[in-house]
Formats: sequence, structure tokens, C-alpha cells
Amino acid sequence: MAKVTVDGIEVEIANGSSVLQAAEAAGKEIPRFCYHERLSVAGNCRMCLVEIEKIPKPVASCGQPVADGMVIFTDTENVRKSRRGVMEFLLINHPLDCPICDQGGECDLQDEAVSYGRDTSRYDENKRAAAQPDWGPLVKTTMTRCIHCTRCIRFSTEIAGVPELGATARGENMQVGTYVEKALSSELSGNLIDLCPVGALTSKPYAYTARSWELRKTDSVDILDAVGANIRIDARGAEVLRILPRLNDDVNEEWLGDKSRFSVDGLKRRRLDRPWLRENGKLRAASWEEAFAAIADKIKTAAPDRIGAIAGDLADTESLLALKEMFQSLGSPNLDCRQDGAVFDTAQRGFYLFNTSIAGIEEADALLIIGSNPRHEAPVLNARIRKRWLAGNFEAGLIGAPHDLTYATAHIGLGPDAITSLLDGTHPFAEILKAAKKPMLILGAGALARPDGAAIHAAAWKLAVQFGMLNDDWHGFNMLHHAAARVGALDIGFLPGPGGKSTAQMLGGGTDILWLLGADSLDMQAIGADTFVIYQGHHGDAGAARADVILPGAAYTEKDGTYVNTEGRVQQGFIAVKPPGDAREDWRILRAISAYMGHALRYDTLQELRAHLAQAYPSFALTGELRRLAGTNLTAPAGDPAAVSAAPFAPVLKNYYQTDPISRASPTMAACVAAHYPALAEAAE
Amino acid sequence: MLNDADRIYQNLYGQQDWRLSAARARGDWNGTADILARGRDAIIEEVKASGMRGRGGAGFPTGMKWSFMPKQSDGRPSYLVVNADESEPGTCKDRDIIRHEPQKLIEGCLIAAFAMGAHTAFIYIRGEYYNEAARLQAAIEEAYEAGLLGQNAAGSGWDFDLVLHRGAGAYICGEESALLESLEGKKGMPRMKPPFPAAMGLYGCPTTVNNVESIAGVPTILRRGAAWFAALGRPKNTGTKIFCISGHVNRPCNVEEELGIPLKDLIEKHAGGVRGGWDNLQAVIPGGASMPILNKEMCETQLMDFDSLAAVRSGLGSGAVIVMDKSADVVKAIWRLSKFFKHESCGQCTPCREGTGWMMRMMDRIVQGKASMADIALMEQVTTQVAGHTICAFGDAAAWPIQGLMRAFRPLVEQRATDYKPPQPLAQAAE
Amino acid sequence: MNTHTEPTDFVFDEIAQAAATKAIARYPAGKQASAVMALLDIAQRQMERLTGSAWVPRAAMDVIAQLLGIASVRVYEMATFYTMYNTKPVGKFHLQVCTTTPCWLRGSDEVVASCKKVSGIEDFGQTSADGLFTMTEVECLGGCVNAPILQINDNYYEDLDATRTEALLNGLKSGAPLPPAGSSIGRQASAPVTNQTALLNNAKLVE
Repeated sequence: MAKVTVDGIEVEIANGSSVLQAAEAAGKEIPRFCYHERLSVAGNCRMCLVEIEKIPKPVASCGQPVADGMVIFTDTENVRKSRRGVMEFLLINHPLDCPICDQGGECDLQDEAVSYGRDTSRYDENKRAAAQPDWGPLVKTTMTRCIHCTRCIRFSTEIAGVPELGATARGENMQVGTYVEKALSSELSGNLIDLCPVGALTSKPYAYTARSWELRKTDSVDILDAVGANIRIDARGAEVLRILPRLNDDVNEEWLGDKSRFSVDGLKRRRLDRPWLRENGKLRAASWEEAFAAIADKIKTAAPDRIGAIAGDLADTESLLALKEMFQSLGSPNLDCRQDGAVFDTAQRGFYLFNTSIAGIEEADALLIIGSNPRHEAPVLNARIRKRWLAGNFEAGLIGAPHDLTYATAHIGLGPDAITSLLDGTHPFAEILKAAKKPMLILGAGALARPDGAAIHAAAWKLAVQFGMLNDDWHGFNMLHHAAARVGALDIGFLPGPGGKSTAQMLGGGTDILWLLGADSLDMQAIGADTFVIYQGHHGDAGAARADVILPGAAYTEKDGTYVNTEGRVQQGFIAVKPPGDAREDWRILRAISAYMGHALRYDTLQELRAHLAQAYPSFALTGELRRLAGTNLTAPAGDPAAVSAAPFAPVLKNYYQTDPISRASPTMAACVAAHYPALAEAAE
Repeated sequence: MLNDADRIYQNLYGQQDWRLSAARARGDWNGTADILARGRDAIIEEVKASGMRGRGGAGFPTGMKWSFMPKQSDGRPSYLVVNADESEPGTCKDRDIIRHEPQKLIEGCLIAAFAMGAHTAFIYIRGEYYNEAARLQAAIEEAYEAGLLGQNAAGSGWDFDLVLHRGAGAYICGEESALLESLEGKKGMPRMKPPFPAAMGLYGCPTTVNNVESIAGVPTILRRGAAWFAALGRPKNTGTKIFCISGHVNRPCNVEEELGIPLKDLIEKHAGGVRGGWDNLQAVIPGGASMPILNKEMCETQLMDFDSLAAVRSGLGSGAVIVMDKSADVVKAIWRLSKFFKHESCGQCTPCREGTGWMMRMMDRIVQGKASMADIALMEQVTTQVAGHTICAFGDAAAWPIQGLMRAFRPLVEQRATDYKPPQPLAQAAE
Repeated sequence: MNTHTEPTDFVFDEIAQAAATKAIARYPAGKQASAVMALLDIAQRQMERLTGSAWVPRAAMDVIAQLLGIASVRVYEMATFYTMYNTKPVGKFHLQVCTTTPCWLRGSDEVVASCKKVSGIEDFGQTSADGLFTMTEVECLGGCVNAPILQINDNYYEDLDATRTEALLNGLKSGAPLPPAGSSIGRQASAPVTNQTALLNNAKLVE
């Protein structure tokens, strides 16, 4: 620890800390543009200059390490003069276009100019011109505004691991960009917009949409993958205008995947805003009463074991519980939350959680990925793996289709054979796992959503046991889900009850009535031709197209909801805007129809429903926090580790950008597919 | 005037052969193994005692710099890096050492590397010196063939490899940390200090960067003794130095002289005098482009060494003397240096990236008679906003020529002031 | 703005590949990125050898990035930061005129004027209509006591004036090869042109 004095305040701070950190510890605010806590220190903007006793020149506090006894001054006349000088330099070539700049109102340069800027410009020369390169559908460039802080370059190189940004040429001609014009190919590119301290990089889809001070801000949770990134929903009136990441060091740090950020325009399109009924093969608008009546009539006449429900990937846990309990009251055990058809032992939470936890990845020293592409299935979690890899002494191996994960991976094999080669020690990566103190494995949906899923589950568990991944203080077995609803649904047992049917069994005529709660990723052709389909959800996607009755639900931005992320972390999202038209929160719809059918659910308010949830399933009592499970005293999951097939693991997601009804409705995501998967985009047309 | 016998660089002008055999005849590689046998500490002490100060421009004591290198390796190798990125306008001395006395440099590398525990040295030579690099490479290969480099270099028992690395056109790579970045295959953008190169330099390893002239002088110092070198020059400014006298003199040349030689002697005796006679002298830039300019009055009695020039708020720099007679437009001469600095700014940090262009454009307007007194005052202010606020010393180097001009030639600059008002472009208002 | 066509691919030829392998081997294991400058130079020389124009196409930068295991953008940065890499084609003779103060004081304006006169080029950065010359303004070349200096391709031509510059360029125009580098007035390197004051006893031995 070093004892330093900042403006007369004594603080103690760890050796190796910077003067800027010491100043912050003393409660002194230091202006900065290039410095960012999560990026390497560049020291180039020179805004954070301070005075230090015995050092003749002003010092950039971001890069100066503290020394015991250092006397620091952050607000002397000299310091202010230096910063005013720097600010003037930053502004001489910066356009005076704040009135038309989307960063206006949330611009670091604007904010600091209030403290350190002049009221008029002394610069009488011509301002610098700059090209406005096209970086693809998401990030809009206005490079005349660039102050060359290089945060974007450092982010793409360090955090995203897709080094395609650089500063070419030099001196005042230095240009930040890709040099060869191209669409940014990182799934985390939207974070550049947040990092850019000025208006050089802004959101292209959001361009000229709103001013930050007009927005109503609601804290919530992302549900477009199973990471549960913390987000802020910015809305004006009835419209969600943008989604930004919110800081949560345990989950997403301050990053957000592009799909989660930019699918927001999908919330306005293809919406189900009233009930629909199929008559003579055609859907017609209907009233709630009509829709309820049609459903009640059907259910009344059906045998309980001939009705079933499949939950989709975006459902909130409250709705899942309501649907489950409604089906229980109807006497049906046919429930499944795994529309991808995955079957595996869910008897213990540890079997299906990301037990190491996202933050825990940073403690691991070896990683085995089986049947997953975390870069697509959980980009923010993938960034955490890269962060761990960058820190060194960390080896990763991959079983499945090879892909650039932004960190080096040893490719062990394409399918279950490779698991065997590790179990019997014939593959050299076994030595790495054996030598590791905290090895972890990630089992992805690509290994589970197949007929031998349970066997692979058991084989992976066997690997975990064999390589010391399961200890009192270390749980290295991880399942990586990509569906936000999945863990919550598993936690409440939204699964076939005794004698109940699984997803596959409910299809192909296995049920007469099928209730789809936002399930759109099924093969709709596989549903029996005579099966009566009730689709409850918010988008006119695959499910609605097959439906006989449509019940318009609320999207995640339009309801309060509880979601459990892949780690098992219970989080709550909050309503930002009302659902459109006649659409309603899903649990309310279920509550209403249960009453209509004479099986009224026993909760009338969300509070009652949640109290019931927490009481019935204690893991829901704890919101936000995570208790990591111990890796010991666990029996192995059911399944014969030897009963695996030879088929290679196939990628789960055809593309990163369109995976669910919301992102499929998003023109921005469609543009991303066109930019990055031209073949897919063409096929869709 | 310095006795020829006391000149380190007997072949400065290339009158003799540069090859190894001729170099040996001049005394190079004579008893190198014996020098190394004295041990690291003895060598460093001897260099310290000689009073040798870095010949690249900053004038930091060479022996002391070496002593910052770790005595015991923590597992990382140590490196010597020789700065042959000679780019300071006015300076062309290292070029002569490289092309005419390469073995002095190579021998110096071995001795210096040994003294700092390095088994590898890199020489970073500016890319434009293509023919010079080719010759140095040939000399290195000759030295390898003769067993002077490589395993058991020169029979000293010390293994030593020497690698030549060519730059590609960037003045900033003469700044030591930018040079290291460039050597690592990156843009020449200076690093923040600390950490200093002796702790974390090339590839994150302990590194010392020395100028060519500092290193090439070491073998002679160790052969002739620190006392010999220290007796030359002036106290704290000892030894000899190659001066480059360019500009408006009758016979521009390089010459090795004692530090502390009067500027007037240097110009009048060695360079054939100022064009049109001493009284036709207008100004001298005494130490390369970044050193503040002197007017004639200041030149009369000026001594050419680190401390004497610092005393008049200028500097010895690289020993490059740029002479201007009365026909020269000194304002334009400094404008051209501003253009140089604008062109060479790496662009990394704000004050330099933005300030060098601003300064150049204001100088441009002054030259063209399109600047008011207020503009001149503003320009002076801008120089103070740049100097001292940047990662490396380039910001200072860009500001000092203008500040020096204002000190030495204020009336001349102010004469150029007009009642010029810059046009206020309508387009700006329209934005 | 000059536009040019970028070749779609680039392959090191045998000479260049050998040079590249040697360059990479000069640096410690794992530090092969240090060779990026050498490789850019090698690529540029290959282009000169094969096309008569010394420049580095983007495809070559990508090849270098791949070879060294670094991101392409890092090579783009290098190629555009350092002035000696030409990112677009240049003439057979690249006239690099130093106009920095020491050369300017000794008459670099004359050298520039002579270059324009003989080549027909109107301004820096342009290539003559016959493709023979490209004229570039360069900063101090580090030969200041032999100013003014004109660098043509790899060679410094020193102590120039208008007449000698014109003679030099007219020779090139008429098909003569590049003359040996050095002083255009026969000076011995950086020694004073006459009346040498130092190293008087050293016999002049021809190299």
C-alpha cells in the first residue's frame, strides 16, 4: 500500500495504482477521454493532467503509478490551465455541430468543455476534413468529431478480440478506422458507441431519433441470450428507442451484445396486438372473449393427456409458472421448455447451470468447450473467456465445429469421439486438463439438442469428475444455455410430469391441443395436422402462423418479469412501455383464461404470484445475487456416457443476429445478416 | 583547435578504407578482450569518469545510464539498442561514423552490451540511409566472419549478436521509446514513462538506448583512458563531439572538435566562415532543429557545450549548427521547421497532434504577412500549451524553435504583423 | 485524388521470400512482428523489381500480416505511418526532395524547380506523364552539410544546384542508369570542399 496526499486528503492505495485512481479514492474527479477502466492505458488525450510535487511538468494521472509519500494536486491554477489548453486543442478541429450530433447531451467532450472550454474559438484556420467510412449497419461514423482517444481501437483489439480498427497515417492526418472499408464483424461492436467519448461513433439505427433528456430510462435485463446482461431501456412515449448496457461486474461488466442492443426495432414490427382466431383456414381478428371461448371449448372436450404446452425461449418465469399450474389443474403432465428437443437429466440444478459463474471464469486455468460457439450463443460471456485468456496461463480446447472464438483454442475434435479421447487420455489436451488447478468445461446446446443429449451430458460430467473439476470450492461443470427462459423453466420444472410427453412426443400428433408460450423455433411442420394450436406471444412469427388461436402477449420491455440466467442468477426486468393494443402481460392472460375455464389460478397480483414462486421454489427468493454451488456431493446425471453417437456437434445458431421472434422482426438485424451472411440473406428473400 | 591525434574518428571523412583491416590499422578492436576482462563495473566506472554525456541530444551521462541496467537478470534478457535514426534537421554526424568508421560502432556495441549484461544489441538506422545501412551490414558481417561478433566475441568469452534494423521514414523514432515500439514492429509512438527502458524496454526487457556517437566513442575512451577524454572540453562537458556546420557558411562540413569550442571558431575556422563574412551573420541554430535560435549578438561569444548553451535557453542538442546570413528569412526558416514538426508528429497525443499544425499555420500566416499582433501573441501562447504537456519531448521540440525565435528576433517577427483579419467563412455559421 | 488499381493478390517471389525468411530470423522467437518493417520494404522492392514501381499494394500488407500472425490493420497502420512505404504506385525514379531548413538555406527551391522543369510535374505527390518520375517533398534526409540533397530511389545526390539537378534528371530521362550516389561536385563526403582543417595527415586512400 502507498500513502499519498491528494489535494490535502490522505489516502492509502494499493501499489501499482495510478494517480488517477488515487484521486478517485480521495473523491476527486479527474476529467478524461482516453482513459477507461477496462482498457489498457493510452495516456494520449492529456486531459487528466495533474501536478505532483517534485515533478516539474504536469503529469498524466492515468499512466503515472503512485509512490509512497506522493503529494498530488488535482485542481491548481496550473492544472486548470493545462487542461484548458488541452481542451482548446481538442476543439480546434472538432466541428461545431452539437445541435445535430446524436451524442449531444451525453457527450464527455461537451461536459468537460463546460468546465475547461472557452466561450469563443481562437482558431482561425480551416478545420480538418475527414472521411465518413461505412462500418456497417450498426455504428455510424462522423470522423470529423473524432478526438483520437483510441478507445475504440483498444476495445476491438483487447475486449472484442476482433482487431479490425486502427489509426492509420500519422500526426494530424491520423485516421481512426478500418483502412479497408468494411462492416465491423464483432458481435460486441455496439459497445464502441458507448465507449466513444464524443459523437464520432454513434448508433446508426438510432440516428436523429431522440435527445437523451427526452428519454424515460428503465433498468431491466436482456433476454435475447441466456447471459442476462443488465440493460437500461430508453423509451419515449409508447416506444422503446434504444437499449444500453448497465454495469454489472458479475454478469456483463459494461458490455452488451449487438443483437441485444440493436434488436429494439424488432419490438415495433410484426406485433400481435389483438387476439386472432382461425376460421376456415384463415386468421381473423377476434375479441378476447371469442378467443377464450374457442380455447375453453376445445380444452373441455380434450383428454388431459392429449393437451400439452411448450414454452419458448423468451418467456418470463411468472408466466411459465402460471402456465404450468394451469396445466396441472387441467390434469395434464405434458409440459416442456426445451423447444430445441434437448433431453437431459435436470434432477439437480448443478446439472444444468453455468456453475463456475461468469465472473468465476476469471479464476479458471483451463477450459474445454463442447458443442458450443459462445461467441454467438453468449458474446458477452465469450468476452469474459477472452479476458481470462489474455491474462495468461490459460488453455482452451474445443470439441465441435471450429470457429474463431477470439482466443486460441486447441481443436480436439468434431464430435463425441473427442470426449472419449479425453476420457481415455489419448488426446494431449487431457494432460492440460489434468495439470490444471481449476479446469472448467462448457457444455453447449449443440451437444444436448440431439438424440444422445443425455448420454453426452453424462459423458461430460464424467470428464468433469475425472479431471478434478468438481471440488468443494470449485464447480467446473457448466451448461451454456442460449435461451433466456430456459433455466427459470427448468427451475420450476416446466418439464414433462410423471407420464408426461416431451417436446418431441407432443409433436407429430402426440397432442390434440398444443399451447405454445412464445415457442417459435419448433419445426411447425412437425405439429400434427389436426392439432389445435394456441399461440401466446408477442410476435407474428412461426408459431402465430401455425396457430388456431392467438393470444397477444407482452414483450420483455412491456412487462415486469423474472428471468434466471445461465448461471442460475435470478434477475428481474421491469416494464418500460405498455404492450401494444390489446396485448397483455402473459401471466395475466393465463390468470384470466384459467378463471374462464373454471380453474382459476390462486394469485391475483404479480406480488402474490412472486411470493408463491419464491415459496415453492426457494432459489427464487434471492434476486440479483448468485450463490455458487459446491462441486461436491453430487451424484452423476442419468445417462450412459458410452451411449453417444458418432455424429459431429452442429452449430446451434445459423447466424448470430436472428435467433428469436424479436431479432427476426428487426430490420437492423436483417441488415446485419445481409452484411455478414450474404448467402443467408439472399436465401431469405 | 583540437589536435588531430585527439580525434576519435580518424576516418570521419572516409579518406581511408572503411573495411575491417583498415579499421584495425586505425586501432579498432585492439585488445577488446582485455577491455572486457576488466569487468562490467570497471567499464561503467571508466565511462562515468570520462564524463561522456549522450551525444544524441539530451546529454545524459552515458555511464550513469548504463548503471541503471539490472546487475542480475530476473530471467529476462537485457538489450542494448543503438539509436542511428539520425533525423534531427541539421544533423549528419552518425552517418559519417556508420559509413566510414563502422567498426568503431560495432566494437562499441560489444563493450557497451557487455557492460550492461546484454548478449544482443540492435542498431536502429533510419530507412533513408539505405547505402549506409548496406555498408554497416557488410561491416557487421565482416566482424562476424572475423570472430568479433557471435559466440565468444573477439575472444572475450562473451557471446554477442548484433542486429541491424532499418527504419522507414519517421523522425519520431529517434525518441527512444518510439524507437523501441518501432523495433517491435509497431508505429513509432512514444511510450509513457515510467516504466523507463532500463526496467521495461524492448520486448518488455531491460534496455538501454544510446546514440551512435556515444557508443562509437567508447572503445577509444577505454583504450586511452577516462582521464584523456575528461581532459578535453570543459568541466562537465568533456571530450570531443562531431559538429555539423550547415547553411550559409562558405564550406559546410562535419568536424570533430572539443566540447566548449567557441561557436565563432567552429564557423570561422572549420567551415570557412559565414558567407559574406562574420558581420553578415544573422542567426545560428546551434543544436539541430529543436534548439532555440541565437541572434548574432548571442553568437559572438557562445561556447558550444551542453551547459553553456543551456545557459542561454538553447541547447547543444546533436551538435548541428545551422547558420543563416543576413539574406535569410529567419521567420520562414523557423516556419519550415514548424512544418517539419507538423509533418513528423506521431499524432498520438492531443497537444502535439493539434498544436503542431496550428503553430505551423500561424507561422505560415506570419511569413505571408497575414497575421496581426494578436495572432503572434496567440501563437506564443499556443507554444506554451504544447510544450510540457505531451507524452514525449517532441512537443517541447516543436514549441522551442518558435519560442526561441520570439526571444531572439521578436522585433523582426512583430514587423511582419499586419492588421489582417482572417475571413469568417459563412459555411461555419451554416453548419 | 490519384486513383490506382490495387492488385487482388500478392505473393512473395523467390528472392523476396528468401529475404523475408532471413529478416524474420533476425528477431527473437515469438517477436517476429519486429520484421514487419523489413517485410514491407521487401514487398515494395519486389514490386519495383517486377513492375518498375516501388509501392506496397494492400494485398501485400495482408500477406505480411498473415505471415507474421498479426492483424492486417496493424500492417496498414505501419504502411501509412512510415513515409517510405508508398501505398500507391510511384514513377521509376522517385524524386525525394529535401526542403527542410538546412537544405532550403542552400537552395532546395532550385532543386524543386529543376525537378518540375525536367519532369513536367506540377506539384509534390504527382507522377510525370511518362511515368518516369514521382516527386515527393521529404523532410530532413540527414546529409545537411552536403545540402541541398535529392534522394532518387535509394541514392542521395548531394551539393546540388539547378544546373546539376537538371543534368542529373535529363540523364535519367534519356535512359541513363542512376549514377553513383554522393556529392555532385566531387566533395570528399562531409569534409569541407576545400581548405580541410582536420585529419590533414590522413592519406586519402581510395575505397
